[in-house]
Amino acid sequence: MTKRALQYLAITGIAGYLASCTFYSAEWPSVKEEKDRKKAPEFALKDANGEVVKLSDYRGKVVLLNFWATWCGPCEVEIPWFIDFQREYKDRDFAVLGLSLDEDGWKSVQPFVAREKLNYRVMVTSEEVDQLYGGVDHLPTTFIIDRQGRVASSHIGLASKNTYRQEILTLLGSAKPGSPKNETSPLVSSNRMLRVDLFRPGR
Amino acid sequence: MICFAQAVNVLHYDPPPPLKAKVGTAVEAKVPLSLQDGYHVNSNKPSDEYLIPLALTWSKGVLEPAGVVYPKPHLEKYQFSPDKPLSVFSGSFELVAKFTVPAGAPAGPAAMSGKLRYQACNNTMCLTPKNMDVALQVDIVK
Repeated sequence: MTKRALQYLAITGIAGYLASCTFYSAEWPSVKEEKDRKKAPEFALKDANGEVVKLSDYRGKVVLLNFWATWCGPCEVEIPWFIDFQREYKDRDFAVLGLSLDEDGWKSVQPFVAREKLNYRVMVTSEEVDQLYGGVDHLPTTFIIDRQGRVASSHIGLASKNTYRQEILTLLGSAKPGSPKNETSPLVSSNRMLRVDLFRPGR
Repeated sequence: MICFAQAVNVLHYDPPPPLKAKVGTAVEAKVPLSLQDGYHVNSNKPSDEYLIPLALTWSKGVLEPAGVVYPKPHLEKYQFSPDKPLSVFSGSFELVAKFTVPAGAPAGPAAMSGKLRYQACNNTMCLTPKNMDVALQVDIVK
């Protein structure tokens, strides 16, 4: 094979890889088409009261699943938004679930939850669950899961409140996918977020 | 397929040349570090109790650790902390590790190994805390 052919293959390979990773502006809602949604991995974790929480308990609801940690500044920006969403939409078959990656578990998480007055269920995640969700290494990482338990959207890093709201409302059935909205977050006005395709083929 | 936002290892350690250490004296080793553009790590004394400090620790070895000198941190504001500046390190910076060389230390080449614990963020996301191996070559002379 000639050097030129190898260069061509390398370039097309890289281009193909990049094409498979879809970049979105943080301000643009990015709910996947139903046919492209994949099942969110099941988990069972204990909450602060020792009660086991399973994702499947929430089948029939739209779930915002947020991986976070007490040491994560961008997570701290988003948490008040999630408190708002929980309050505003909990009666419309919606729930926020927070999975903390704090290594010392409840020792750090419990005082934080009390201080910030989190009104949604929080669990301390496990390495196994992190791996099921693509090996969570960047925080915040957030998945919006539809009523059928499928991942409709995912965000790594700080997104905008409007993006989340738009995606939630789309899945709750009161907004059209991709419809524009005026509310934006100045925090992320120039940020571009990476949407992840969560699961390897066949997973 | 999983697409990662960026490489996970954003902090790099460039091992310095072997440290000459005379038996019975105090020595200092520079630990040069550099961060990927756009990232910062919390300083050794972060601005918030929840934040994870940069910390260099050494395993037991031929030298006796005698403290670490951290550079003066920057106070920076970020998109996620627009009002409260954070105490951070960014770019290239150096730690200074202090040791004493015990009187009974055997002459010749040796090595010290340590761990650098850090937690890095950029403007919009944070990486999980990391423990990086730090190796220091030592040449002990009588």
